[in-house]
Amino acid sequence: MPVVTEERRTGIVPPPPPVPPGGRGGDDSSGSGSSFPISKGQIAVWILLTAVLMLFAGLSSAYIVLRGVPAWQNIELPWLLWPNTAILLLSSVAIDISRRAVRRNDMQSMKRWLAVGGILGFAFLIGQLAAWRQLVHAGVYVPSTLQSGFFYILTGLHGLHLLGGVVALGVVFGKALKNRLTAFNYEPLKLCAMYWHVMDGLWIYLFLLLLLS
Amino acid sequence: MSESHSGDHAHPELGFIRKYIFSTDHKIIGIQYMITAMAMAVVGGLLSMLMRYQLAWPQGVSPLMAKIFPVAYNGGVMEPGFYISLVTMHGTIMVFFLFTAVLTGGFGNFLIPLQIGARDMAFPFLNALSYWVFLLSCIVIFAALFVSSGAPMGGWTAYAPLSAIPAAAPGQATGMTLWITAIALFSASGLMGGLNYITTILTLRTRGMSMMRLPLTQWSLLVTSILGLLAFPVLLGAGILLMFDRLGGTSFFVPAGIIMNQMPVDHSGGHPLLWQHLFWFFGHPEVYIVVLPAMGMASDILSTFCRKPIFSYRMMVYSMIAIAVLSFVVWGHHMFVSGMNPFLGSVFTLTTLLIAVPSAVKTFNWLGTVWGARIRFTPAALFALGFVSMFVSGGLSGIFLGTSAADIQLQDTYFVVAHFHLVMAIAPLFAAFGGLYFWFPKMFGRFMNPTLGKIHFWFTFIGAYCVFFPMHIIGVGGQMRRIYDPTQYMFLQQQQPVNVFISISAFVLGAAQLVFLFNFLFSIFAGKRALERNPWHATTLEWTAPSPPGHGNFPPELPTVYRWPFDFSMPGEREDYVPQTVPVTITARH
Repeated sequence: MPVVTEERRTGIVPPPPPVPPGGRGGDDSSGSGSSFPISKGQIAVWILLTAVLMLFAGLSSAYIVLRGVPAWQNIELPWLLWPNTAILLLSSVAIDISRRAVRRNDMQSMKRWLAVGGILGFAFLIGQLAAWRQLVHAGVYVPSTLQSGFFYILTGLHGLHLLGGVVALGVVFGKALKNRLTAFNYEPLKLCAMYWHVMDGLWIYLFLLLLLS
Repeated sequence: MSESHSGDHAHPELGFIRKYIFSTDHKIIGIQYMITAMAMAVVGGLLSMLMRYQLAWPQGVSPLMAKIFPVAYNGGVMEPGFYISLVTMHGTIMVFFLFTAVLTGGFGNFLIPLQIGARDMAFPFLNALSYWVFLLSCIVIFAALFVSSGAPMGGWTAYAPLSAIPAAAPGQATGMTLWITAIALFSASGLMGGLNYITTILTLRTRGMSMMRLPLTQWSLLVTSILGLLAFPVLLGAGILLMFDRLGGTSFFVPAGIIMNQMPVDHSGGHPLLWQHLFWFFGHPEVYIVVLPAMGMASDILSTFCRKPIFSYRMMVYSMIAIAVLSFVVWGHHMFVSGMNPFLGSVFTLTTLLIAVPSAVKTFNWLGTVWGARIRFTPAALFALGFVSMFVSGGLSGIFLGTSAADIQLQDTYFVVAHFHLVMAIAPLFAAFGGLYFWFPKMFGRFMNPTLGKIHFWFTFIGAYCVFFPMHIIGVGGQMRRIYDPTQYMFLQQQQPVNVFISISAFVLGAAQLVFLFNFLFSIFAGKRALERNPWHATTLEWTAPSPPGHGNFPPELPTVYRWPFDFSMPGEREDYVPQTVPVTITARH
């Protein structure tokens, strides 16, 4: 029975792809010859973000379904959410300025704006806690209505994920202080910025979801 | 940074604890996953034996059981609630802690770097963490068996509102809380594992290992990991809402007017069907999270022992992707009797039956591979063939259940039990056994005893059919799925001899697994040594590494791949196999 391999069919023997600069082995850096164009850190962050977005997709589909039940009651959202949203947007801008600065090799500016972004992110989290306090003062607790339950769960989970982002920013800032980031190697900052922007976009989505009930 | 940097020489010898317990080596983590899952399988299997004993002799009094389980067998007769706990725990343990764990956690970890030619996973520490979180989840679910108020009773699907109200049943209090905690931990562990698998397969392939030269096992693990990545977070989200219903006083899944144990439930307003939607959006892909790696492994094993290339490699890959995509749009077929709009039911019927197309493509490709082959009937080959048989038998009944008109009659009968056991329990079990017999020499440097392996196969194969085939018949006869005493209904009494036959077969099937356990444990220490690196004359990269491979897998240099993994019985070659590492010489005439 004739057996023809992929190569024999075409008659061309593809040469092994070139070894990329800088090995990307497992726990040692002996380098595998992968020609995959995207770094493993970047893929890992994408995967993580996909999982996070699926978590919120599941929760928001539950939200949309339950919005149709007779017992649904809207709550009055705390006004603090508006300034909080502005703060989070500004933090995203700051982190992006920092990312652009490192590409210009402007390390001072990079560190400064990274710190600004982190502080604004932290301020957002404090602001969200304050918004919870506003609701509690208004007598709205987790089990008060279906929407209040969703409000606390969605904002809480988003806050936890953003807290993870703040910690990651702290780690990147530590690297920046030790001058470990360069214009040619700033992947940690790039990944952090990517995560941060997605968390920012996620918040806008959640805010609209809660607002447009 | 030199290419010749060897894993073996670069790392000092580690002590026992670092090497075998707190290891970050993917091979050790894979074996840890396998052994933990096997221990869970023993627990889950014993639970099913108790269930079968009860179903065969529901009126019997057993003084022995009364001694072992004084509460559950009060007076020697099983408490009905205990039976429901057994159903719940058996299902949960087998679906999550055996099949998901052993196929992706066990084989995934062991095989991914070895088959793609990498030294380890992309993130070894995260990989180790994934195992330890999995172990913690095993401990939590195991603890649920020993809660004084009883083990959870909600079924492996944990349907609300039973699962949302702790007062619903004794086991729904602490037991159910532990269930949700264990599943949340398992999801977190699965995410860490999946992140590693996808990243590793995409970025750490060795030189020449293009995506279309990956063994089918690797494709199946990649697709499975993507499925898990999309499905498990939804379960986690549903679990969070459920936990708030139970502990936070919310009522996402608790409808109005519920009375539990003569007490009105003090919160209401939610929608119990919402749980089913969220659960099955995860639950149906979960079926393929279990079946796809089994398909991949069975394909590679079949090809090796048929000494023939797999029939239509590309269609095997595309059909796996098609199954994965379709698995997200079929969840409604688990809910045909939930009162859904009949038109929606028809849509779900259509999408469900569409899955038959890629499944049939795979089945015919396996048959095409086996066709005309001189098969080497090793235990691994037998189990891979058994996988195909079980998958076909279980898949055929899926056509009935996927059609809403037929399903409404068959819903919640033993026909369903027969279907899903064959297709997502026994079939993957066969592939996992095949994988263990096949890769055992690579894992431990020794062979499992083939005679015991064949005895194990035949008893398991015949036993499984004797257990699950008659279930179709008693299911059509009307026996309900979670019933604890079928003889209480007149119309089921005439079927009782079938239940006795099934139970006796189940005991034989269970005993056959003791042969496997003995063979496995004995062979680790005293099996025949695997002196050759490639005892099966296979083509994939793991067989070029020493048995067992040391730290770093491929000393001194990573292999280079020149061809696809199925060059068997090539005309003009001296041997009937050509490993992926052998360069292609262009001598063939077209």
